[in-house]
Amino acid sequence: MNAVHRRYGGPHGFEAVRGVSFEVRRGELFALLGTNGAGKTSTMELVAGFSRPQAGEVRVLGHDPERDRAAVRPRVGIMLQEGGFPPDLTVAETVAMWAGTLTDPRPAGEALELVDLSDRASVRVRQLSGGERRRLDLALAVLGRPAVLLLDEPTTGLDPESRRNAWTMVRSLLADGVTVLLTTHYLHEAQELADRLAIMHGGVVVAAGSPAEIVAGHPARITFRLPGGVTPELLPPLPGARPESTAVAAGQPMTIRTDALQATLTELLSWAHRHEVELAGLEARPASLEEAFLAVADHDNPMEVRA
Amino acid sequence: MSTIRLSRFRSVSAAELRLFGRNRSALFSALVLPLILAVTVAGAGVEESGTSAAGLVVTSLLGYVLLAAVYYNLVTTYVSRREELMLKRLRAGELTDTEILTGIATPMVVVALAQMVVFVAAGAVLFGLPVPVNVLLLLAGALGGVVVFVLIAAMSTEFTRTTEAAQVTTLPVMIACLVGSMMYTALDDAPEAVIAALRALPLTPVVDLMRLGWLGTTGPAAAEGFTGVLDDALVPAGILMAWIIVGVLTVRRRFRWEPRR
Repeated sequence: MNAVHRRYGGPHGFEAVRGVSFEVRRGELFALLGTNGAGKTSTMELVAGFSRPQAGEVRVLGHDPERDRAAVRPRVGIMLQEGGFPPDLTVAETVAMWAGTLTDPRPAGEALELVDLSDRASVRVRQLSGGERRRLDLALAVLGRPAVLLLDEPTTGLDPESRRNAWTMVRSLLADGVTVLLTTHYLHEAQELADRLAIMHGGVVVAAGSPAEIVAGHPARITFRLPGGVTPELLPPLPGARPESTAVAAGQPMTIRTDALQATLTELLSWAHRHEVELAGLEARPASLEEAFLAVADHDNPMEVRA
Repeated sequence: MSTIRLSRFRSVSAAELRLFGRNRSALFSALVLPLILAVTVAGAGVEESGTSAAGLVVTSLLGYVLLAAVYYNLVTTYVSRREELMLKRLRAGELTDTEILTGIATPMVVVALAQMVVFVAAGAVLFGLPVPVNVLLLLAGALGGVVVFVLIAAMSTEFTRTTEAAQVTTLPVMIACLVGSMMYTALDDAPEAVIAALRALPLTPVVDLMRLGWLGTTGPAAAEGFTGVLDDALVPAGILMAWIIVGVLTVRRRFRWEPRR
């Protein structure tokens, strides 16, 4: 994907993707993260070949996914954000219909087994829960044994157990050499699964790299509650702590951001020990994608345009 | 639009037929209404006016089938499949656009052909209609009509946002064709330009071809034989082809696969 722009609604319309470039390597999982309206889904639709960019170039397996749909699609599995299943077909009929359109489909039973829907095979789609529909969607996406899997918010609406199962399945596909591009707004999901990721905001990629690379440069966080009578001024100088650490009144929760978690924590704890101060609710967290993400999203006003 | 691979087309059309079979109101209007219509027409006493008049009535009914069973039903179906995002879903796979559109049209086309057979059979039994002058021309008219109205239905989805709106957006084509295409041969003293406009309507060449194939004439003129009708068939066949070409080009370029946002 190279310097891609995508605008909706004519020349003066809304530009959802404003110069996005990234490359997904064979066999890796690349995650697109972003707030609502960041341009994730628009980017995904360009990769899927549903729309054509106004500028820039999209290549999937060496082809233009929009123009060479017939060449690309047999090797790509797509999971859309919304199902679009006829409500009056059963799960098994839906899978059978889809399998009939594919070059080399898995057995229907195997696909349903993968997403744990075997016991719902004879139920009409109308009667499925939202999470079950997402799983059916996932089953269809992998039904054609794709080499490239495009997943647009695959686990939105899944309960925690189903989400774990979906992750397990995605990992096993990765182990088989499948390349995955996924959008999500669950930071934890990106951290769990992604080899590399890009954070989008306002139609551009604002940060890209491996989770470790993106997280580097963002501070770790220590939170605790100062006991009554102890004001923040009484704290010793903490090595590595950033000055913007929020200082609050005694008895209030306090957050310290630090670039040297262990050193800061050691100093803090030995101070607490010496003065017999109890740090209630003490928590120390290394820098995470959440930090990086919030730093990006806070930069300017988050746009609530469209999902 | 591109090629059709039969196995993929079959997969979509089988699912659509199954969905159609589960839709009671669609089944009712497809199976019961035409029978009521046939009985009503039969009871109206056409038999006194002779077999030729009966032939005109039956071919008009075939034209009505194209409008009601193919055109109107298909606009509604395409729009609802688009609004429930099924078109987009089908486009996420290996299916070509042609396979999707023809697959979805299958139940309507099957129903329309069945209704035509019923009307022709009813006409033959009740009115003792003559043996068709040129069966091939009759079939070509009927099949060409199906193709044209599938395409016009697909074009009409462009300005039909909801299934409810289809009741209104289909009216221009329905009324123009019902009145214009069926009646134009009776308008002897209308201005040339009006006749020409009516002949250019998409249903007119279809009805003309069917009447030529069956009765050897489109109206009051004397009936021709098997080869004699071919001359008269040239103009309607040309108009029909023009509509099909316009339809294919328009649908290929303008068809909307997703709801407007």
